[in-house]
Amino acid sequence: MASRVYQTEGIVIKRHKFGEADRLLTIFTADCGKVRAIAKGAMRPKSKLGGNVELLTHSQLMLARGRNLDIITQAQAIDNFLPIRDSLELMSCGFYLSELVDTFTEESVEDREMFDLFLNTLRELSAAREGERILRYFELRLLSHLGYRPQLQRCSNCGKQLQEEINYFNPVQGGALCRECGYPDMGAKTLSVNALKVLRLWLRCNFETAKRVKLNVDLTREIKNLMRENVKYVLEKQLKSIEWMDKLAAENSVAGNTSANAIDQQSSA
Amino acid sequence: MNPDFLTTAKPISKLIEELNKLPGIGPKTAQRLAYHLLQAPPERSRDLADAIVSIKENLKLCSICLNITDSDPCGLCSDESRDMTKVCVVEEPIDIMPLERTKKFRGLYHVLHGVISPGDGIKPEDLHIRELLDRLGGNPITEVILATNPNVEGEATSMYIQRLISPLGIRVTRLARGLPFGGDLEYADDVTLSRALEGRQEM
Repeated sequence: MASRVYQTEGIVIKRHKFGEADRLLTIFTADCGKVRAIAKGAMRPKSKLGGNVELLTHSQLMLARGRNLDIITQAQAIDNFLPIRDSLELMSCGFYLSELVDTFTEESVEDREMFDLFLNTLRELSAAREGERILRYFELRLLSHLGYRPQLQRCSNCGKQLQEEINYFNPVQGGALCRECGYPDMGAKTLSVNALKVLRLWLRCNFETAKRVKLNVDLTREIKNLMRENVKYVLEKQLKSIEWMDKLAAENSVAGNTSANAIDQQSSA
Repeated sequence: MNPDFLTTAKPISKLIEELNKLPGIGPKTAQRLAYHLLQAPPERSRDLADAIVSIKENLKLCSICLNITDSDPCGLCSDESRDMTKVCVVEEPIDIMPLERTKKFRGLYHVLHGVISPGDGIKPEDLHIRELLDRLGGNPITEVILATNPNVEGEATSMYIQRLISPLGIRVTRLARGLPFGGDLEYADDVTLSRALEGRQEM
């Protein structure tokens, strides 16, 4: 019989109140995939688990197998990504990432590659000033890793090589569409030459290269909408945290970014 | 069906069932409480029943601070000896009690009734943030103390509120985060310890 106690590292992606002072955690672990576990007494001020099992904390965990839910017996934070917590914008990205990972994974399916991707993304986010490119790169790599890689070399309908011109994109068709096939397709969005190049590059490069890509406002918006459509199509629903990110972004642009900048300066000081 | 139900009189098993639904009360405790009430004088159970009914019938939210109250404005808001220039923002009505116990704060409160939690779809509009901003305009408030819980949702909510209030020129402060009294450094997590270091004070 397998041992009752096991150790792994994991990232907390969701947590709920459970009973009086316990928390029910959803953890994406390196060795066992997504696991649900109870952190007893985690809400008490003197709990030794508390801060080590906060949302988006990368921790070394010791768990005991229970009948339904496992119980966390020890936790030691490896990285708690403090800069993410200190910025409302980055934390919003964090909320979105955790919801994304939670929605895309099934319980107890080990996926080391995805764990590493997620962990790297959080590290990058923690060192970044804004999360836009990091989120997009993560979405694309996540889709690709899980078998939903969008077709970006040829037209997903007729199979013709894409020309260097404005093409189209429809996740329902599986990716990019050439001009002839995309134009009459009501569900397709336009895909600019630059956006296509960026997405193609991101599919085969690492984080280092990915974040060096400079995006202007229009290109950022275009790629964001394309990826959002694609994720929504695959999940068949819109994630809840998107609404919050949009609201925050809208309020920031109204406020002329003055207060947001002030906060950024504070946290970097 | 639970075999106990066949042997226990219906009113008792009903009471046990209801008590069992309360937080922290398991089947054994529920049984003990039920039999205790059975033996206690009849006034006691009537008082208890009245108290339970009246929290549902007589309570409302204070129109100023949104605390739960039986009179509007609530006792805290109508107490003239309190410092009207400071407002402490808390997540839930229950959070007022520990703050009052400290006897260190003599200002007013504002209850949000929740925290921003994007993953659960809880947005600022679902909280009483609008009412807080309305209170700040025209009132002699000079300081807002954010006392949301020190976890990610609480921090996010505080940062969001801070952003809304700072253009009004009102001082916004946040409860310090550090080590609990009677705790132990060995068991402190890194976030708490680094905040405690950041917020260290001259002795």
